[in-house]
Amino acid sequence: MTLSFMLLAAIAILGAAAAMNLKTAVHCVLALTLGMVGLAALYLQLGAQFVGLTQVLVYVGAVAILAVFAIMLTRSRTGETLAPGSVSSRLSGALTALLVFAVLAWAILTGVSPQPLSGAQPEASVREVGVALMQRFVLPLEIIGVLLTAALIGAGVLAIEEKGGDR
Amino acid sequence: MPEMIDQIFVLLKQWIMGYVPSGLQPLCSAILSVLPILVVFPLLFAITTVLERKGLGRMQNRYGPNRAGPWGILQPAADGIKSLTKEDIVPRSADHLVHLLAPILIVIASFLVYSVVPVGRNMVVVDLNAGVLFFFAIGSMVELAVFMAGWSSRSKYSLLGAMRAIAQMISYEMPMVLSGVVAIMAAGSLSTVTIVNMQAGYTGIWPHWYLFTPWGITGYILFMIAATAESNRCPFDMPEGESEIIAGYFIEYSGFKFALFFVAEYLGMMASSAMAITLFLGGWAAPFSFLTWIPSWFWFFAKLILMLMVFIWIRGTLPRLRMDQLMNFGWKFMLPLSLINIVSAGLWHYLPSGFTRWSVISLLLLLSCFLLSRNLRRNKWFQERTYRFAS
Repeated sequence: MTLSFMLLAAIAILGAAAAMNLKTAVHCVLALTLGMVGLAALYLQLGAQFVGLTQVLVYVGAVAILAVFAIMLTRSRTGETLAPGSVSSRLSGALTALLVFAVLAWAILTGVSPQPLSGAQPEASVREVGVALMQRFVLPLEIIGVLLTAALIGAGVLAIEEKGGDR
Repeated sequence: MPEMIDQIFVLLKQWIMGYVPSGLQPLCSAILSVLPILVVFPLLFAITTVLERKGLGRMQNRYGPNRAGPWGILQPAADGIKSLTKEDIVPRSADHLVHLLAPILIVIASFLVYSVVPVGRNMVVVDLNAGVLFFFAIGSMVELAVFMAGWSSRSKYSLLGAMRAIAQMISYEMPMVLSGVVAIMAAGSLSTVTIVNMQAGYTGIWPHWYLFTPWGITGYILFMIAATAESNRCPFDMPEGESEIIAGYFIEYSGFKFALFFVAEYLGMMASSAMAITLFLGGWAAPFSFLTWIPSWFWFFAKLILMLMVFIWIRGTLPRLRMDQLMNFGWKFMLPLSLINIVSAGLWHYLPSGFTRWSVISLLLLLSCFLLSRNLRRNKWFQERTYRFAS
């Protein structure tokens, strides 16, 4: 529990909490991004450079931009305030959060690490990640690639104008 | 003696570190590494602005700034003082916090990327295992800052400018990353220092830069086009098209906040050039084997200034693109060509070295370039404009 860990964890938690409590949709997205950056910094602190930087690349560069674009394009007025959720949706949200937390806590408390934890830091360099992706996990990687291509083509098909466009 | 001059800044740092108590050494080392970047690159920015205004002026048959100091070289100082003393106006309906944070975030992101750029032998702030990934990840933060600036100003023009800028940056980020991938494949590492070291060495007098391979020069040109688009410079400067949306996402900014956006734009341009130098132009290596006695940091900055001059030259030469031309070029030409380039870099690795490899890969790239550009021309659905009363 070093000081830097405490600070980064506080940033991540504050960002996530603010994302739920702020009134304006765009503010929520920005707060969520702050939480993601805090999480990425935690990964970096653990020495997992590839995971941490990919987290920044994906969540700040892609997901946050996607979210703000979605808000811009679907809402009639920019910066529209969000209506507070109803009691039932709050209850179900709290229940879901509690269940997820219980499962995670159970897994962490009862799970046994396959190898005994040694004092040395595990080697998770980019090279290791690449070798693992290209050799052991090549089939899942290919399947994910096909899935993403299908999603991309689907999005293109949805976006094409039905009539009048000779593009 | 040449080695000493080459390493003079490293030795200087070690000399200063010798006087620092051991408890403060990590902090002091970090400060001594970061401080030169915070001094040198803004200084280079000042030089670039004066170079750009003078150069563009000459290209457009006028003098450019020539009043402040001899030949106008004090112009950046005058500009800086002007923007510092100007009134800082924030629109009444603006989102004050986000409006304040946007220029800060954009400058922080622009400075952060320099931490992985090797500016000379043993001269890099951090040699990250995933340095190139760091560059692209931090680069994507700029997009968010642009959005924050455009949205928080509560102005239609700034929002339109931000939307244009983000659409353009997303479209050109992918070709930029993919064209950089070939250098990573050839070096087998994501670390910028390793990539530069892999390009060291000479055959005769010629260096082993990735630029001098068919896939290398294709990747370099694609990277530079994408970098021009990423930094919103002419001919891709539609996000700030003066005649359409006044100034784009930073219209509502004034005084020093405006200057920060200006600084960030140039820092981004220099960072992209620095990354192109690292990936394709051999980093700090000398261009000929008989010039290695000149220090490495000199070569890095010489290459950087040369590339900035090319940026200025392009700005003075090309007109602005239209939005549909921009998107078509990005998605239908740049992206497929960078993918083909990756495949050809892989083929290059497995083909036997020699003339065959050169001709096969060059032919493949030239053919795909030709076919893609023909496809681009055929796809135009805008009719030729006719002027009824003008002939």
